[in-house]
Amino acid sequence: MRLNIFALFLLIGIPLCAVERSAREVFSDLILAESSEQAVFLEELSDYGDPVISEIYAAWRAGGVVKIELDGIVDALQFDGASKWTRISDGSEFEMTEALESASKKLRPSRKLRKSMKGLLDTLGLKAPDYNVRIDSAIKLGRSQKAEYFQPLKDRLEVESNEKVQAALQEALCISLLKNGTETEIIDSVQTLAEMNSIPALGFIEKILESSDAGSNLEVACMSSIQKIETHIKRIEFYGSFFRGFSTGSVLLIVSFGLAITFGLMGVINMAHGEFVAIGGYVTFMVQRTFVDIWGAGSVAFDWYFIVALPVSFCVAALLGLLLEKSVIRFLYRRPLESLLCTWGISMIMQQAFRLIFGAANVQVNNPNWLMGNLSFGGFNMSFTRLFVLFLALVVVLLTWLLLRKTNLGLHIRAVMQNRDMASSLGIPVARVNSLTFALGCGLAALGGAALSQIGNVGPLMGQAYIVDSFMVVVIGSVGNLVGAGISAMGIGLVDQLLQPSLGPVMGKITVFVIIILFLQWRPGGLFPTRSRSLED
Amino acid sequence: MQPSTNKKEFSILGIIIALMMLVPVLNAVGPDSGLFAVSSFQVSLYGKYLTYAVLAMSLNLLWGYTGLLCLCQSLFFALGAYAMGMYLMLMIGERGAYQSVLPDFMVFLGYQDLPIHWKPFYSFWFTTGAVLWVPGLLALIFGFLAFRSRIKGVYFSILTQALTYAAALMFFRNDFTFGGNNGFTDFKDILGCNINSEGTIRGLFIATVGLLVITYLSTSFLLKSKFGKIQQAIRDSENRVRFSGYSTTSFKLMVFVFSAMLAGAAGALYVPQVGGVNPSLMEAAKSLEVVVWVAVGGRATLWGPVIGAVLVNFLKSYTTQAFPDYWLIIMGALFVVVVLFFPDGVVGLYYKAQTAIKSMRSKQMKEAENV
Repeated sequence: MRLNIFALFLLIGIPLCAVERSAREVFSDLILAESSEQAVFLEELSDYGDPVISEIYAAWRAGGVVKIELDGIVDALQFDGASKWTRISDGSEFEMTEALESASKKLRPSRKLRKSMKGLLDTLGLKAPDYNVRIDSAIKLGRSQKAEYFQPLKDRLEVESNEKVQAALQEALCISLLKNGTETEIIDSVQTLAEMNSIPALGFIEKILESSDAGSNLEVACMSSIQKIETHIKRIEFYGSFFRGFSTGSVLLIVSFGLAITFGLMGVINMAHGEFVAIGGYVTFMVQRTFVDIWGAGSVAFDWYFIVALPVSFCVAALLGLLLEKSVIRFLYRRPLESLLCTWGISMIMQQAFRLIFGAANVQVNNPNWLMGNLSFGGFNMSFTRLFVLFLALVVVLLTWLLLRKTNLGLHIRAVMQNRDMASSLGIPVARVNSLTFALGCGLAALGGAALSQIGNVGPLMGQAYIVDSFMVVVIGSVGNLVGAGISAMGIGLVDQLLQPSLGPVMGKITVFVIIILFLQWRPGGLFPTRSRSLED
Repeated sequence: MQPSTNKKEFSILGIIIALMMLVPVLNAVGPDSGLFAVSSFQVSLYGKYLTYAVLAMSLNLLWGYTGLLCLCQSLFFALGAYAMGMYLMLMIGERGAYQSVLPDFMVFLGYQDLPIHWKPFYSFWFTTGAVLWVPGLLALIFGFLAFRSRIKGVYFSILTQALTYAAALMFFRNDFTFGGNNGFTDFKDILGCNINSEGTIRGLFIATVGLLVITYLSTSFLLKSKFGKIQQAIRDSENRVRFSGYSTTSFKLMVFVFSAMLAGAAGALYVPQVGGVNPSLMEAAKSLEVVVWVAVGGRATLWGPVIGAVLVNFLKSYTTQAFPDYWLIIMGALFVVVVLFFPDGVVGLYYKAQTAIKSMRSKQMKEAENV
């Protein structure tokens, strides 16, 4: 083991020694060199892809670079504004005195240099250490279709080792060829681009199609490749809505699970459920602020705030829910309509309380670093936040199932759900089960809110957007039936997102609503109605 | 039925009408300042309250007497309001900001012609009809689907809330040809009279009083009829009524449509008195507010909704000015307290006090006899 670590150090150490000079050092030399020698340094600098180069160059052009002589050593300094000076060669801060400043000489690049620097800067991104920057830069250069970028792209392709960047470079070269190549080259590129399913190339190929002669090989090639790329785009969009449907569904699922439990068990319609969702969002916000206060926003600890926020928001909301049940809800059992009104009053109080405490505007909740970015498959992106929400929903389903099936409390909950009086007469503490279940429902709502804080806004009305949908989920999935709630949450989320691209968000929502009404014509009791011989009244 | 109660009821109705009519009379001939001065602004404000009262009564017909907690009453109200608003928009004519025959927002959105469904609204009589049949038709379709599949209780409430939500989403869109989230405003004339003149305002107030009286009388008549008896039986035990051979679906549907029409009529009188309509009128929260009025006033009582609507709105006007930040909290708390402690509202409280006094008196009488 120790040997391995040693070997690792060696591996890291070797390339560090091999690169003789940093980009800063070379640039510093370039700035200070005589105009006749500059070409050599420029050549050397063109091997570097450090983004700092463009920064220094911008300062140089704007007259923010001076030359000073101190103790016989000539140095170039960059002015950073607010009387801060940086030494270009190593990036360290420099103490500027007035005497030195008056003795310093302002430097500017010559016209010839500016010309050659432009090409260098444009292709700078191709050499950047971050491969995403390299990909973006390659695509950008390709789309400009300028002949002068063709060679740098080709050069880069030869030395590039990352496969994704290679593909992007290839794509960029082909797009560039569409304008600059001979006819056979163009046909070849059109075909290659189609094989690569290149979305950025679509517009360029369409342009070529317009100018090409009817019946020519070129036209045929263009048409077939446009068709191929368009099918690809459609497929990606379809997968995209599918994925968004699942993630919307999973938020709905977490939120409506709580609702289904309280509704099914106690016959209590909790209109304040949406506000418990908001509590989840706000608790996440508070936890984030605490983490920033203690450890700072850029620290490693900050990344953990969301993990901490999940249980905290559950507990806070569960406690509040318990309080609410003990003080108000327990007087309203078996009066569902009145419980609806009463909890709506509570939801108004809570909404206004949020406004008074946190302000009417949305609060800012940032994603932790590990939730940023995408997982992509051939142009189809899935953001980590949404994947995480999906995962969270799975965990919630599993935990709820375990709670209901494997614990004593779960047994009691199910018994009370089936027959309250019978359960009570068998010695089950119905009042306590009620309180705990209500608290559980509120806690689940807050978990949903914490998840939502990563993909949406956190504000006083954040729960309202989901509450109507969650009620629909509960009605469709049959009251008190968790399997039904799960299926209907996913179904509503999917249908909603699949309809949105073609109908728009509003008409999509309305269509979903109409579908729900029609569904209830067919199955009035929802997906899994409880069969019972008793009549409700 | 019993002439004595009828007589009493009519005398109360007479007193209340007289009290209400005091408002326009004082506005027309009363002093300019002092306790009895009523400005035109106040006339239209009270007129607005009365349209709310009608809205509350229409909900009471459903919730109080049929047991259907409908959360789309504000939608019906808004539909009536929009129908009247369309007429008022067309009556602006070329006096709008763009001096075009088209309403301003249409010019702004680049319409060339009036959309076809707007054209009939040049006629006042068509508008009056639409105020009734548009909400009525929606209630008929939705009610048919909902009652047929025996959606009731809380499910009915949830679905009606979703209906309101969906409709509000539609009306918030600009391309729905109803002015998007700005709705209609800047009205000039109604039936050729200037909408801001004192006479018109008084006229609208009197019309609202008329609608209130019609609503009251029809509700009261309905409740005493056989129809009303069945309606209340449905509230108390729907299955027993169904087993007795009545089609509860049709009864509920009829009440639902009637109540939607009443709400629409109230909405139509609301627009000219308030001077505008926008989709926030049909938000789900508004419907629940109507429920609060009924609950505060007293559910399943004839005058309860009127008292509740006027009382809560006075309170709202006062608190939104005095403590703007706390209005929602006060309203919410009022709601919780009323539901928990006064399920029969103000009117219930009055009856309770009455019976308490009666029993106290009879006790005293007995004690006096014993002595």
